[in-house]
Amino acid sequence: MKKDLLIIDNITKRFGGLLANQNISFSIDEGEIIGLIGPNGAGKSTLFNCISCYYNSNSGKILFNGTDISRKTPEAICQMGIGRTFQLVRIFKEMTVLENIMIGAFLKHAKQGDATAKAEETANLFGFTEKLSLEAGSLTISDQKRLEVARAFATEPKILLLDEMMAGLNIQEVRETTDLILKLRGMGLTLVLVEHVMEGIMPIANRVIVLDYGLKIAEGTPEEVVNNEKVIEAYFGKKYHAKRRGNTAPLQ
Amino acid sequence: MKKGLIALIIFLGALVAFPLIFQDPFPRHTLIMIMLYAAMGIGWNIIGGYTGQVSFGNAAFFGVGAYATAIMLVNFGITPWLGMLVGCVFSVALAIIVGYPCFRLQGHYFAIATIAVGEIMLLVFTNWEYAGAAVGIYMPILPESFMNFEFHTSKLPYYYIILVIFVAAIGVCWFFERSRLGYYCRAIKEDPDGARSLGINIQRYKMIAFSISAIITSICGTFYAQYVLYIHPTSTMDLMMSIQLCIICLIGGLGKLYGPVIGAFVFIPLTELTRVYLGSEGQGVDLMIYSMLIIILAIWRPQGLWAIFTKGTAK
Ligand SMILES: Nc1ncnc2c1ncn2[C@@H]1O[C@H](COP(=O)(O)OP(=O)(O)OP(=O)(O)O)[C@@H](O)[C@H]1O
Ligand SMILES: [Mg+2]
Repeated sequence: MKKDLLIIDNITKRFGGLLANQNISFSIDEGEIIGLIGPNGAGKSTLFNCISCYYNSNSGKILFNGTDISRKTPEAICQMGIGRTFQLVRIFKEMTVLENIMIGAFLKHAKQGDATAKAEETANLFGFTEKLSLEAGSLTISDQKRLEVARAFATEPKILLLDEMMAGLNIQEVRETTDLILKLRGMGLTLVLVEHVMEGIMPIANRVIVLDYGLKIAEGTPEEVVNNEKVIEAYFGKKYHAKRRGNTAPLQ
Repeated sequence: MKKGLIALIIFLGALVAFPLIFQDPFPRHTLIMIMLYAAMGIGWNIIGGYTGQVSFGNAAFFGVGAYATAIMLVNFGITPWLGMLVGCVFSVALAIIVGYPCFRLQGHYFAIATIAVGEIMLLVFTNWEYAGAAVGIYMPILPESFMNFEFHTSKLPYYYIILVIFVAAIGVCWFFERSRLGYYCRAIKEDPDGARSLGINIQRYKMIAFSISAIITSICGTFYAQYVLYIHPTSTMDLMMSIQLCIICLIGGLGKLYGPVIGAFVFIPLTELTRVYLGSEGQGVDLMIYSMLIIILAIWRPQGLWAIFTKGTAK
């Protein structure tokens, strides 16, 4: 396992006067599952967009396998081996499930036959065997989100950045999603998961990074993070935190 | 799939037999125009239908093909077949010059930019003395031969030449649909940002699609110049022609292989008939009919006439 596969080094992203990411630094080892959490507007999606070069960060570096990728294009990022999904799904709604995955598979398989084979294999892995010829737009939200991951997976990346895979899913679907993520890690992938809600990723993340108002306020194992005072404050507010401190009951 | 192939073979067989049964010039001429516009429609469909980049400047490629051929033949006596090749080279160059800055524009701005480019080309050729300016160019009357691309006694050779061009255009589009390029173009149409996240250089693929579109249209321009033997700026580069190509695809089915074929079979006879029966006073009547047709289609069958054929069968 390679250490420091991806290094985020002092990334700052401004929107006018708003600092959406402020001097964010952390690094990710190969094979890790990293949770990136924080309240609404904390800057999680912005950081994803900086890593995948949909946004140009104002300062800082992003090193992937030792090379600075912070000034590349989104397509180059994917070609180098970093796949991503979007918070609001961006699947090709008028194409079939198979075609959606094929578009990803074409990156490494130029011939239609090869891409089809790769896409079918990927579809099996993601549980789409029975739905290959369905129009993607007709799938449930949970299927659409999974399809977006399958499509990114078909580009054969080293790292997958998944933005809010679990938002809006029911408990059963959350469980299936965590199983899927563990399966992907088992296949050698490194995963960064943005989640708004903590429950989904706490059981599977190796490390969790917490953002709030554009700043990194905590980093550590899930246990460390949920007991971190700054994190509790960010999530539940100062008042709740003060009340909790008077209370001796353990967290959760 | 099998059924489709049989239908195609019957259709092509009918096209081959048609001029042998109908020997009058008018039906032959009508079919020549249908195949010409169907081929150009296929060219338009590749950039406008599949890739979703609506071009109102494709007539410029038609003009470049026609003028490259005419200028080389008149001034240097070079065979139109070479003119066809040179026309393609210039058309691709134009596509790249236009596409490079314009494909950075999002949404409808590309369409607007192509109108400007088409009009600029029209203006340039209207004022360019060397190219005959507004009067245009008369081709020299040469002995009938394939090499000279001129036939005077019968339209039959022209008919079969355009049939070959038309079938070739279908073939190109068939391969396009099944290639990585075709899939990527459809992805770009649906969601450019999503496409980029899968490693697709959208700028490059739009450019390739536009170039293929330019080549097909340019070849049609060469054919037209040799068929009519007289070209002028408004007969080869009019904005109206670009709009007609768009309408043909819209009627038949955007981003569908046979969409422009069906569109041309509906559109061109109407145009030719109004021309014959209403003369120059009838100008614009055909377009009024199309506008009606598009409105009816938009309500009744928004996917275009092609949807009638696929209705009921699996996609
Ligand atoms: N393109 C943009 N232009 C201007 N401001 C933006 C843009 N994108 C994000 N922001 C702002 O930056 C801040 C961080 O937004 P971001 O989407 O990164 O948050 P997030 O942590 O993903 O939140 P959520 O959990 O709601 O998805 C917010 O205040 C947001 O309004
Ligand atoms: Mg977000």
